[in-house]
Amino acid sequence: MGFLDILQSIIGPAIFFSAPLIFTAIGGVFSERSGVVNIGLEGLMVMGAFVGIVFNLTFIDTLGSWTPWVSIFVAMIVSAIFAIIHAVASVTFRADQVVSGVAINFLALGLGLFLTKQWYGKGQTDMVDRPFYTTDVPFLAEIPIIGELFFSGMYLTSYLAIAVAILGWYVLYKTPFGLRLRSVGEHPMAADTNGINVSKMRYIAVMVSGAMAGLGGSVFALTIALNFSHSTIVGQGFMSLAAVIFGKWHPLGAMGAALFFGFAQSLSIISSGVPLLQDVPQVFLLIAPYVLTILALAGVIGRAESPKAIGTPYIKGSR
Amino acid sequence: MFSNRLVNILIPIVSVFLGLLVGAFIMLGFGYNPFLGYLALWNGAFGDSYFFGETLRQVTPYILSGLAVAFAFRTGLFNIGVEGQVIVGWLASVWVGLAIDAPMIIHLPLAVLAAALAGAAWGFLPGLLKAKLGVHEVIVTIMMNYIALYTSNSLVRNVISDGKDRTERVPETASLTSEWLASLTQYSRLHYGLLIALFAAAIMWFLLNKTARGYELRAVGFNQDASRYAGMNVGRNIILSMVISGAFAGLAGAMEGIGTFGYQSVKGGFTNIGFDGIAVALLGGNVAIGVVLAAFLFGTLKIGALNMPTGAGVPTELVDIVIAMIIFFVASSYMIRWFLLKVKKEGK
Repeated sequence: MGFLDILQSIIGPAIFFSAPLIFTAIGGVFSERSGVVNIGLEGLMVMGAFVGIVFNLTFIDTLGSWTPWVSIFVAMIVSAIFAIIHAVASVTFRADQVVSGVAINFLALGLGLFLTKQWYGKGQTDMVDRPFYTTDVPFLAEIPIIGELFFSGMYLTSYLAIAVAILGWYVLYKTPFGLRLRSVGEHPMAADTNGINVSKMRYIAVMVSGAMAGLGGSVFALTIALNFSHSTIVGQGFMSLAAVIFGKWHPLGAMGAALFFGFAQSLSIISSGVPLLQDVPQVFLLIAPYVLTILALAGVIGRAESPKAIGTPYIKGSR
Repeated sequence: MFSNRLVNILIPIVSVFLGLLVGAFIMLGFGYNPFLGYLALWNGAFGDSYFFGETLRQVTPYILSGLAVAFAFRTGLFNIGVEGQVIVGWLASVWVGLAIDAPMIIHLPLAVLAAALAGAAWGFLPGLLKAKLGVHEVIVTIMMNYIALYTSNSLVRNVISDGKDRTERVPETASLTSEWLASLTQYSRLHYGLLIALFAAAIMWFLLNKTARGYELRAVGFNQDASRYAGMNVGRNIILSMVISGAFAGLAGAMEGIGTFGYQSVKGGFTNIGFDGIAVALLGGNVAIGVVLAAFLFGTLKIGALNMPTGAGVPTELVDIVIAMIIFFVASSYMIRWFLLKVKKEGK
C-alpha cells in the first residue's frame, strides 16, 4: 500500500466525519461570540437529524433526487426556530444559559423520539432511500494527486461545510454585523450605548447556531446514520462544542478543530487498512480524539480566552 | 405574603406543575386523555409495592448523581462528566466484586469504596487541569466521558471477561441486593444502596454547611478572587470539589453495578444517569435535601412512564419532554419570580 493510498484513505473519511461537526461548531461560534453559551448544540443537532430524516422519508416521492438537499434546508429552518426557545430563556428570561442548553438537549431528544413513536409506531424511523451519495467533482477530480485526494469520492456537503466556515469567518470579522455581534459578547453595555440592540443580536446569533446545528445534524443523518433513533446523535454536538473552544471561538479555528476531530475519529475506522495502525488495539484509537483534545487543551493552547460577557444575561441599566 | 425563602421553594413546585401541564397539553394535542396518561404514570410508580420498589431503586443512583452535579455547582464548577464517573465507578465496583474473595463485611465496603475512588480519580484530572492550567472543566469532562465509556467497554470485553459482552455476576459478598427489601416489595430490584445514597446526602449537607472546608468550597463558588484575597487556596478547593463530586458519581455507578444489575456490560452509549443528574441537581436547587426530593420526582416520572404505553397508549418519551420543560421553567425562574412578585404586590 503506497503512501498516497494511505493518505487517500485517511483524508476522505476525515473530511466526511468532520463536516457535521464543522457546521455545528460554526453555529456555536456565532452563539458564544454573542455571549450566549450553547450547550444545547447537541439537542439542536438532534432536531436537525430528526427533521432531515422525517422530511426525506415523507417527500421522497414528490421531490426525487433533490430530496436530501431540501431536507437539510428544512432541517436548518426548523432548528433555527427551535433555537428560539434557548434564546427566549437565556436572553429574555435571563435563565442560566448552561441550564437552558441542557433543557434543549432533553427536549429535542424527547420530542424527536415521542414524534417518531407517534408517527412510525416504533423506536426508530425507516432507513432513508435517498441519502447523499459520494461524487467526483467535475474537472477538479482530474488533477493528478490533488484531484484524487480531495475531489474524488467526496460528499458535496463536505465542501459546503468548509464554505460555510469561510463565510462564517467573513461575516464575523469583515462585516459591520459581525463586529456588532462580537461587541455584544465582549461588552454588551458599551454595545448598547452605541445603539446596538443587544437582545436582537443575541437572538439572531442563537438562531444562526440553531440553523447551523440543524444543518450539521441533518447532514450527519443523511450521510452517516441514514435513520433517526435515540442513538443517531450521540455526542456530536458536544464534540462540536469542544471544537468551538478548541478553536478559540474563531470560525476557522473551529473548523480546524472539527477537521482534527473528524480525522481522529476516522482513525479507528480505517485503521485496519493502514500498516502501523492495525496493530494498535482498537480502544486506543477510539479514545485517541478525546485524549488528544485534553492534551492539546492542557499543553498547546492552555488558557483559551472566551468572549468576556459569555454566559451572563444583559440587564439594561445595571452596571 | 411571599418571603424570599418561600419563593425559592415555590419555584421548583410551580415549574413541576407547569411541566406537567405542558405534558398534558401535548397528550391532548395527540388525542390522548391526559388524566388517563398521568393516572397510568402514577400507577406505574406507586400502583403496588413492586412498582414502588422499582421507583425507589431508580431514585437511588439519581440521588447520588444529583449530589455529584450539585456539589461541583456549589464550587462554581459544571461537572458534565458525572456520566463518565458513573461508568468508571460502576466498572470498579464490579471489578473489585469479582476479583477479590473476602467475607461480606470487608468485600462489600471495599467494592463501594473502589467505586468512589474510581469516580474521584476521574474527577481529579479535570479539577487539576482547571486549577493549574485554567482548562475549561466542561470540555475536559465531556472528553473524559467518552474515554470512560470506551475504556470500560474494552476492559469488560478483553480483561474482565473472555471476549463476552458482560462480566460475571458479582458474588453475594459484594452485592448490595437485599432479600429483605426485595421481599417487602414483591421482589423488585430495590437494594441497600438507597441507604448509602441518603447517607451521602447527609454527608454533603454536613460537609458544605457545617465545616470550614465546606465554607471555603462555597466561597470559591461565589467569588474566586475574593476567596483568593481572603487567603484561600482556590486551586486546591477546585480540585477537592471535583474529587468529591466524582466520588458521589462513582457511588452512583456502584448502585447500578453491585446493586441493581450485579454486572457491568459493554455499553453502546451512555447510561444517562449522569446527564439526568444535571436535571436533578438543578431542580433540587443544588442543596442536599432538594436533590433527594428532585431525585424522587424524576425517579417516579421515569419508572411511572414505563406504564404509560400499556396504561394509556402514550409513548414513554412524553416524560422526557416533561422533564425538559421542568428544567426549562426552573432555569427561567426569573419569569416565575417576576410573576410571584406581581401577585404579591397586588395582594397588598
